Amino acid sequence: MSAIQSQSRTNEAHLIKRVCDGEREVFYELVRPYERMVYATAISIVKNPEDAEEVAQEAVLKAFSKLNTFRGESKFSTWLIQITYNEAKMKLRKAHSNLYESIDDTQQSEDGEFWPKDYADWRPIPSELLEENEIRQAVQDAISALSANYREVLILRDVQRLSIKETTTILGISEGSVKTRLHRARLLLRDSLAPGIDGCWIKGQPYKKVRPW
Amino acid sequence: MATIEISCVEVWREISNYLDREISADLRERMEKHFSACAHCTAVLDGTRNVVGLVGDGTLFQMPEGFNKRLYEKIRNLPPSAPRE
Repeated sequence: MSAIQSQSRTNEAHLIKRVCDGEREVFYELVRPYERMVYATAISIVKNPEDAEEVAQEAVLKAFSKLNTFRGESKFSTWLIQITYNEAKMKLRKAHSNLYESIDDTQQSEDGEFWPKDYADWRPIPSELLEENEIRQAVQDAISALSANYREVLILRDVQRLSIKETTTILGISEGSVKTRLHRARLLLRDSLAPGIDGCWIKGQPYKKVRPW
Repeated sequence: MATIEISCVEVWREISNYLDREISADLRERMEKHFSACAHCTAVLDGTRNVVGLVGDGTLFQMPEGFNKRLYEKIRNLPPSAPRE
């Protein structure tokens, strides 16, 4: 752990103690840095913004009422994300959408070799372009189209930038599964995003096939 | 000592681990050698790296307007957090 990380954990432990001692307003300070993380986790599972907000808020409220059980064995953020993940799953079950989810899951099997599609020379999309709603929407849609297995790992690893170990803790899967699913998720996203909107990200420069087969 | 060559399929299998630096130095070296000679795999690598950059941008998921306000209102109305067990 770096000095900064260690300092922030000490600071968090201090904030947590104050909340448990009755300083409710300190809880805002504790959760504020993770609000986006909580919301992103929620929306990656329940998919629509209304449900995501409900799940995210329920998760934060639950964290508040259960804060006395937090032992500091994991990071506060990991614990919070885990609560969010569980809340989101519960929401899905309540909506009976687990039926759709399981159908969805069988479409993208983890077994077998994955052959990335033949898009050559994908020029980097500058991150300023994400400011444009169209592109942000394209990336979000591509993530939504992934099956739950892949989407969850991608969100935790690449959106939330959690470590492999933290991801295994939250999802309850092995390190090997995290790596395999992340790999597949990234390649599937590449396949769906590489051709860009209307087949190209930069006007007048269509993608060439490079592979001769 | 000569580096043992590696196939495109093997390279694709490890591209994600390569980006995360989750592979051995030996495999890394073999993959780099392969990339320097193979445009196909370099295209897959660049595209995958783009994906990681795009989704990790931090502005991808926009919080709904008023999210904090509604959340803080709810927290204010909760019963007090229980003391430590």
